[in-house]
Amino acid sequence: MALKIVKGSIDRMFDKNLQDLVRGIRNHKEDEAKYISTCIDEIKQELKQDNIAVKANAVCKLTYLQMLGYDVSWAAFNIVEVMSSSKFTYKRIGYLAASQCFHESTDVIMLTTNQIRKDLSSPNQYDTGVALTGLSCFVTPDLARDLANDIMTLMSHTKPYIRKKAVLIMYKVFLKYPESLRPAFPRLKEKLEDPDPGVQSAAVNVICELARRNPKNYLSLAPLFFKLMTSSTNNWVLIKIIKLFGALTPLEPRLGKKLIEPLTNLIHSTSAMSLLYECVNTVIAVLISLSSGMPNHSASIQLCVQKLRILIEDSDQNLKYLGLLAMSKILKTHPKSVQSHKDLILQCLDDKDESIRLRALDLLYGMVSKKNLMEIVKKLMLHVDKAEGTTYRDELLTKIIDICSQSNYQYITNFEWYISILVELTRLEGTRHGHLIASQMLDVAIRVKAIRVFAVAQMATLLDNAHLMTGNVQRKGICEVLYAAAWICGEFSEHLENPMQTLEAMLRPKVATLPGHIQAVYVQNAAKLFATLLKNQEGNTDRTAAQETSQLMIDRLPLFVQSANLEVQERASCILQLVKYIQKLQQKDVEVAEEVIALFAGELNPVAPKAQKKVPVPEGLDLDAWINEPPSESESEDEQPKAIFAKEEPKHSRARHTEVDEKELAKRREARKQEQANNPFYIKASPSSQKVYQEAPGVEHIPVVQIDLSVPLKVPGLPMSDQYVKLEEERRQKERVEKKKKEKKKRKEKRGGRGKKHDSGPESEEDITPAHMVDIVTEEMPENALPSDDDDKDPNDPHKALDIDLDNLVEMAGRRPLADSEKLPVRSHRAAEALKSPAEDGDAESPASQEPKKKSSKEKREKKKDKDGDRKKSKDDKKKKKKHKREEKGEDLFGGQADEPVVQSEEISEVAAPPASNAAEVSDLDFWLSNAPVPSNAQEAATLAAEAAPVPEKASGTAPDSEPDEPEETDKKSSKHKKKKQKREKEEKEKKKKKKHHHHHHHSDGGGEESVQNGTVEEEEPLPPMSNYCLLAENSYIKMEIDIQGNLQDGSQVVVSVIFENKCDNFLKTMEFNVLDSLNSKLQRPEGSGPHDGLSVPFQLPPGVSNEARFVFTMQSIVMPQKLKGTLTFIIKNEDSSTHEKLDFKLHFTCSSYLITTPCYSDAFAKLLESGDLKCSSVRLEGVNMPFHHLLARICFHHHFSVVERIDSCASMYSRSIQGHHVCLLVKTSGQTVSIDAKCDEPTLLGNVLDEIKQTFSQC
Amino acid sequence: MIKAILIFNNHGKPRLSKFYEHYSEDTEQQIIRETFHLVSKRDENVCNFLEGGMLIGGSDYRLIYRHYATLYFVFCVDSSESELGILDLIQVFVETLDKCFENVCELDLIFHVDKVHNILAEMVMGGMVLETNMNEIITQVDSQNKMEKSEAGIAGAPARAVSAVKNMNLPEMPRNINIGDISIKVPNLPSFK
Repeated sequence: MALKIVKGSIDRMFDKNLQDLVRGIRNHKEDEAKYISTCIDEIKQELKQDNIAVKANAVCKLTYLQMLGYDVSWAAFNIVEVMSSSKFTYKRIGYLAASQCFHESTDVIMLTTNQIRKDLSSPNQYDTGVALTGLSCFVTPDLARDLANDIMTLMSHTKPYIRKKAVLIMYKVFLKYPESLRPAFPRLKEKLEDPDPGVQSAAVNVICELARRNPKNYLSLAPLFFKLMTSSTNNWVLIKIIKLFGALTPLEPRLGKKLIEPLTNLIHSTSAMSLLYECVNTVIAVLISLSSGMPNHSASIQLCVQKLRILIEDSDQNLKYLGLLAMSKILKTHPKSVQSHKDLILQCLDDKDESIRLRALDLLYGMVSKKNLMEIVKKLMLHVDKAEGTTYRDELLTKIIDICSQSNYQYITNFEWYISILVELTRLEGTRHGHLIASQMLDVAIRVKAIRVFAVAQMATLLDNAHLMTGNVQRKGICEVLYAAAWICGEFSEHLENPMQTLEAMLRPKVATLPGHIQAVYVQNAAKLFATLLKNQEGNTDRTAAQETSQLMIDRLPLFVQSANLEVQERASCILQLVKYIQKLQQKDVEVAEEVIALFAGELNPVAPKAQKKVPVPEGLDLDAWINEPPSESESEDEQPKAIFAKEEPKHSRARHTEVDEKELAKRREARKQEQANNPFYIKASPSSQKVYQEAPGVEHIPVVQIDLSVPLKVPGLPMSDQYVKLEEERRQKERVEKKKKEKKKRKEKRGGRGKKHDSGPESEEDITPAHMVDIVTEEMPENALPSDDDDKDPNDPHKALDIDLDNLVEMAGRRPLADSEKLPVRSHRAAEALKSPAEDGDAESPASQEPKKKSSKEKREKKKDKDGDRKKSKDDKKKKKKHKREEKGEDLFGGQADEPVVQSEEISEVAAPPASNAAEVSDLDFWLSNAPVPSNAQEAATLAAEAAPVPEKASGTAPDSEPDEPEETDKKSSKHKKKKQKREKEEKEKKKKKKHHHHHHHSDGGGEESVQNGTVEEEEPLPPMSNYCLLAENSYIKMEIDIQGNLQDGSQVVVSVIFENKCDNFLKTMEFNVLDSLNSKLQRPEGSGPHDGLSVPFQLPPGVSNEARFVFTMQSIVMPQKLKGTLTFIIKNEDSSTHEKLDFKLHFTCSSYLITTPCYSDAFAKLLESGDLKCSSVRLEGVNMPFHHLLARICFHHHFSVVERIDSCASMYSRSIQGHHVCLLVKTSGQTVSIDAKCDEPTLLGNVLDEIKQTFSQC
Repeated sequence: MIKAILIFNNHGKPRLSKFYEHYSEDTEQQIIRETFHLVSKRDENVCNFLEGGMLIGGSDYRLIYRHYATLYFVFCVDSSESELGILDLIQVFVETLDKCFENVCELDLIFHVDKVHNILAEMVMGGMVLETNMNEIITQVDSQNKMEKSEAGIAGAPARAVSAVKNMNLPEMPRNINIGDISIKVPNLPSFK
């Protein structure tokens, strides 16, 4: 046998292996492709062999060829064959090949499902590992669906190596099969506290990835992460968590407040730069979310900026880069603190590293002020000259324009300077950004009326020197500028010094070499110029000049009529005919100028870029509907109407409203402004421009004329912006001197002023008055435009599907537990074997290990995991299971007890273990966040929360299948709970043993015995679903449902959870919840608010959405039920209006809501009854027609009792009030009569509770 | 998430490519070329981050790379990864390779790309960082190799002998492209646990 194998492999050993292939390729440098194609032929032969070793070798070579860019998908089936080899060596080769070249559309992938499943459950951990690694690269929705359950089981594998891989791959599974997220989440969460750091890190990794896309669903995990952050020492984990917090803080400002302190500590203490950097980043995120400047936060900002400065000053370029990157984030909210480091940032502009220069450029954006803009831009212009690479130069160019044009040219004091900067930029060679410069020129010329004279002069010079731009092929990009120049000269031709010269420049034959859309603008604006010229010349006595102009047009235009460009041709021939007609009229001595001018009359207003998008669609207009019958397929192929005029229509040409006269326009504008001012939802234009708009005294009073004269307008060639810098400085100087004079005068008048500081201080921002009284025209928006910027998300984003509410899973077990349909698919034969479906199992198990560790819990967990693995294996191999059991016994500290049934029962009790800390922690995120004193130690907080353990929440399950177990579970939970408190330990142990025993019976006998402790038997018919939430109030807009729970933590507090459901089609916002306090009960309001202030609900509701808010009430006495009147006010916001609405309600605090489900043991119960402190009372219910266990479940559910003992049709129940009153019930039933005997140390309370129980049963 | 891990030499020849998202073979080659183009024209002593190319990623992605002797190690990652963390990870990766191959050089990567893949698989899985502890990685890699050896047994012996013979007459196998400066530590960055 062995010989045969040896012989087989000797036959094949002269096959090329991977090394030979590589060597061969290296030896055939000249004819590599040919060599490889022969190799591929060989591989094809090898793949036909039966020997798996040969196949594996071939596949291995294919993987290499794949890297070189050869398509190897044809061998997909062979790869699957190699994957399914039993030998690890080949399996690994197969999976590697699959991970490199399989993808969703590989069809053989569906053949792999069973193989992968087999490998996942392989006893060899590396088989499993290799399968997981491979699967992570090529998982498809089908694979994810079919294998999700298997992988989830692996998450509890004994080996940490498998656990961490299984945890990590779950993220991929979620992406492909989002339905698996809810069932798997509890276990994933449990892994956050795995003893193995690798597994923990994997879990953090996965949750961080999930939370990054949909942070709001993970807010409830914040306390847990907070704990991890303060306890973990693994930098990877810390970085991930800190990054996660950065994503969470924008959603919950209170979280930010809590984070600041520990993060600051970390910043101070850590030596790892990576961690420091992420901390700073998150602190910045926190500060942004807390934008309301709290006084002590300036210290945090200072700290961040200071640390970043250290990074930037570091010699390590990486740190420098990151420092600048983080700095730019601070810049957005706290520009002042960054500005003080201007020197450093300017220094970085000179760095040799381009990436760093680019980051520094980003920062410059926020550094500028009116004072230093010119200086900074001058510096940048120097860089532009020096820069070699075009990309960097283009970047500089865009940055200069960005910096100057930001917030409506806020920092520009001298527009002449800006225009000359733009003109200087046109000298750049090979820039792509000609259109950007052009649009800036247009924008400034249109919006800054005062600058038009200057701009027109400059543009005329540009047109004159157009040959400089068009001559060089490299400069194609820049000729876009001519577009702007021509347009400006045409549109504002009345300001031209020498229109005739410009007209000639525009009609030069060379123009025909320009791109079509620019020629079109030339032609059109030549006509405008012509109109202006006519007007000027007709005023003169000599008519010949006008006729000469017409002749010039007639001579030159035919050139454009022949243009290949349709747009140019059309305009040119139109205008040519017009001019010919004018010439005829001129020859008859008719004055035509007025009429020609009228062609181009009317004022232009800039339109906001988004204006078109914001026009609301009128009602009843369906944009998708066909206006005419849709054309047939063949027709649409033939004609391509878009291609002809596409792009030709210049985007800067603006629609003219010639038909609306000026007055009408002004009136409308005024009306709109009025309306906008009154509408609180209208986002107003930036205040600076608004102010300017109102205060502008009118164009006539602009004090600009004198300065204009000092500027040499006709510099041959191109103007220098530096001159303006000097001029500007002089101007400012002059102004300052004048101001001083004035001040002196004032002082003299006042006689006693000691205003020394006034003149010695540096010039402040406000002191610089702009050279021009700038009339920056605001952009026009359509009437009733929508203010919001709805940037649509990518509909293909796979993460969208993962936006799943996970809180319900744990926070409110009653609200939306896993439905049957949500469970992960399991192979059917397995379901028959398993007692519960593993999904459910996982759901219930997860909280167990969240319980704070103590004593043996760790061992137990170990054991549990063993069992998990075990259960799985049992399906495959019974022998192995036995062997494994023996191993397990070795580990088992409990010794010999570990025979199978007991183990099983224990496992179940484990399963039912309470979510103790977990539930408390999560459900009370609000408490965690709002607790005024920040617990210095997170662990402390956790234990605090654990003690609170609002167990009743757990008892509110609505899923029909989980209901029968409810009371039973509650009971056991409590046992754990008490154990944790380390009370009555002895008793406890006995109890537990007993319980185990019972369970043993329970399972072996199927629950058929006479005395079933703790409530119900599984065979009994399931309960109808129940909900704790009852209707509070509703109207046509909103529905409120409430649930009231006592708070064990504080004897006088009751938590009211209100679900707000938006029933209308509009957005509900600014909800305010208010209650009229009574003497006995008060709504807890935040510090500083008055006793009648409402509490704002911390969210808004889109249509059809519901959300829950919690309010805390303080009660003095709880023996009587209470009713409080309250009001909810809210704003309904629809497209064009918003209305205030309110909804009145009555909050009813029943006495039952003061009770807290508290378990009690029969002997303690007996002692309590014997003590004699309790008062007695009883009640009889007639005509109750329901099974006894339903009745008990109802009492448990609605009135927060727990069953102590049940014998046949008789049960004892117990509960405790938030103030510590004991309430005991003995419930007996015979036929349709139920009698309840009750004892309590507070008779009034008891009476009320009994009344409420009666009420409950009279309703059904 | 890590989107891709690329190793290529100073001439742009791919030595390992691992994409955690599917691209066609042509696109993959284009990405490698583009990345090489971006990375190779950068000086030493400039920062190790650059904004991603057109083909891979988009605004959320960055290329983080390190240059060792003849090889570039490039990671393409999105914003959920810490930049300095990834730099450390590259360092761990290279140090692990150094340990596994005993003084790693480009030829090791050329002839044993499958082994490099196996090592990488213990560090990064499906685009997410699996393990950063070098000892743990090496332990897992070693025990898998041991398993492979035991599986080969007698059947593997002749093949090994043959490949040893084949490797003997290798004029083109100078080990002079040794990565000498492989032990460069990131300043200020203690390795992650």
